[in-house]
Amino acid sequence: MDQLIAMVAKRLAFGLVTLFVISLIIFLGVELLPGDLAEALMGQAATDENVAAIRAQLGLDRPAHTRYLEWIGNLMSGDLGTSLATKRPIADLLGGRLVNTLFLASVAAIIAIPIAITLGVLAALYRESWFDKTISMVTLSFVSFPEFFIAYILIYFLAVEFNVFPSFSKSTADMTLWQQLYSISLPALTLILVVIAQMMRMTRAAILSVIASPYIEMATLKGMSRPRIIVFHAFPNALSPVINVIALNLAYLVVGVVVVEVVFGYPGVGQLLVDSVSKRDLPVVQASVLVFASTYVLLNLLADVLSILANPKLRHPK
Amino acid sequence: MNSALKLVIEAPVAAKLGMIIVLLNVLAAVFAPVIAPYSETEIIGDTWEGGFWDSEAPEHDPPALLGTDHIGRDLFTRLIYGARNTIGIALVTTMLAFAVGISLGFLAATLRGSVDQIISRSVEVLMAIPTLIFALMVLSVLGTEVHILIVVIALLDATRVFRISRAVAMDVEVMEYVEVAKLRGEGLWWVMRHEILPNTMAPLLAEFGLRFCFVFLFIAALSFLGLGLQPPTADWGSMVRENAEGINWGIIVPLFPAGAIALLTVGVNLIVDWFLHKASGIRDIE
Repeated sequence: MDQLIAMVAKRLAFGLVTLFVISLIIFLGVELLPGDLAEALMGQAATDENVAAIRAQLGLDRPAHTRYLEWIGNLMSGDLGTSLATKRPIADLLGGRLVNTLFLASVAAIIAIPIAITLGVLAALYRESWFDKTISMVTLSFVSFPEFFIAYILIYFLAVEFNVFPSFSKSTADMTLWQQLYSISLPALTLILVVIAQMMRMTRAAILSVIASPYIEMATLKGMSRPRIIVFHAFPNALSPVINVIALNLAYLVVGVVVVEVVFGYPGVGQLLVDSVSKRDLPVVQASVLVFASTYVLLNLLADVLSILANPKLRHPK
Repeated sequence: MNSALKLVIEAPVAAKLGMIIVLLNVLAAVFAPVIAPYSETEIIGDTWEGGFWDSEAPEHDPPALLGTDHIGRDLFTRLIYGARNTIGIALVTTMLAFAVGISLGFLAATLRGSVDQIISRSVEVLMAIPTLIFALMVLSVLGTEVHILIVVIALLDATRVFRISRAVAMDVEVMEYVEVAKLRGEGLWWVMRHEILPNTMAPLLAEFGLRFCFVFLFIAALSFLGLGLQPPTADWGSMVRENAEGINWGIIVPLFPAGAIALLTVGVNLIVDWFLHKASGIRDIE
């Protein structure tokens, strides 16, 4: 038991270190900008005096480590700084969009996970059958397709040819839940297709490696019925890898939304990030990168902790 | 050479299909100026003229097979040049990533100890950051010139190459023949080059195919987001972006470059699948 706690604690510590390094990279990334933010801001109009004035205004004239600590301190208290392009507080820009992004990702996850796991288990159980082969071929293609290819095919058929779903996903406060779901149907469908394909392949591989183990063969040789083997022998051991698969794909979803949001013009954090990168609105880039990176790190952390808990073998490292 | 030919002939249908797809793409990329009827940036007609399927489309000589793009350039020509630019950059990036990743991976596996610890831990932290987000961050600071794009993506991808090359090199490094070479007084570089590399070639080759797909899709995604190759260079990702608006009027132009990206990735994956099946068991680590 102590070992278990130690392992989880070690993993948590690594997660914290990662978050720290990420925040450092995000901070230093802007420091390394040729010239500095003040010069980048002024562009052609930069003279020594006004650059110095902006530097003082942004606090750039103070040493880097004080500014880093201040930046982290402000982040902790919810102050993300001000956007260079719109002069609005970043927290205001980000808040609503974060909700939208999480809404889209959760809808996709809730639909994709049960389907993917079921298909993956079925494909593993009926390995090498026509069912397995068809599914493997289809998922291989979907994994190879860029998200925007799937997205534009869906738009072409479902929005333009047969006008079933909207090709542009709005999200406003006065929409009912049902209207919002309808509005994000195509981006959600795109994500669902990609995630199902990936997850199914991973689930299949995980289940297959369990089924190939000697104790399953032993159970079969003892004459045990197939359902009993699967429920009592295979399932508990497949749990840990499957949990891992789910969490990894949730982490993928959080990042995968970026492209999909841009295709459908959905007002989420991904679109904000891409816009700000092209406008070089660095404070907004910093804040959105931090949001994405920390969600990703936390989901991976969750995956590892859950699989440590679900897998007795990992509690006793050699 | 004969055995290689035999291998190709005996390959399953899926793998042959993959090879044909890759071959066509390579031919298009290499002989782009010969195959393309027009030049890369030549404007030949109106916005989004129909292709061979549209009988009312205006005539051109040579004919515009797939119609024109959003500013009236020949789409077929753009696709051919796009193959050259998109595949070329993805290939250079993957090779750079492998050069860096394999060198570091082999170094870590041969030297072990603190060198291994330092590189491995740093790679672990880098891999904990989502690649796309990291790339967006770096590109927003450094700007989006081609050489920056190549170096940034190659370095990010090198972390994955490092992991696998370190893992396979670890297995080879404990072999007697490596020990013998070391006792003989061969240098570090010689051992890595002449003992470890040849014996890790198969899994690394398969990994090269997979990494190429990843890099290729990644650059396409960045270009699609407007942060990759810049116009007027023809490139499949940016072609999708430029023509994206047309889809709302039922113009299928963006589907051609997007489909080209999908097709090549499927092709490479089919070959890699077959290759892994032959050398089975290698890919099960991940």
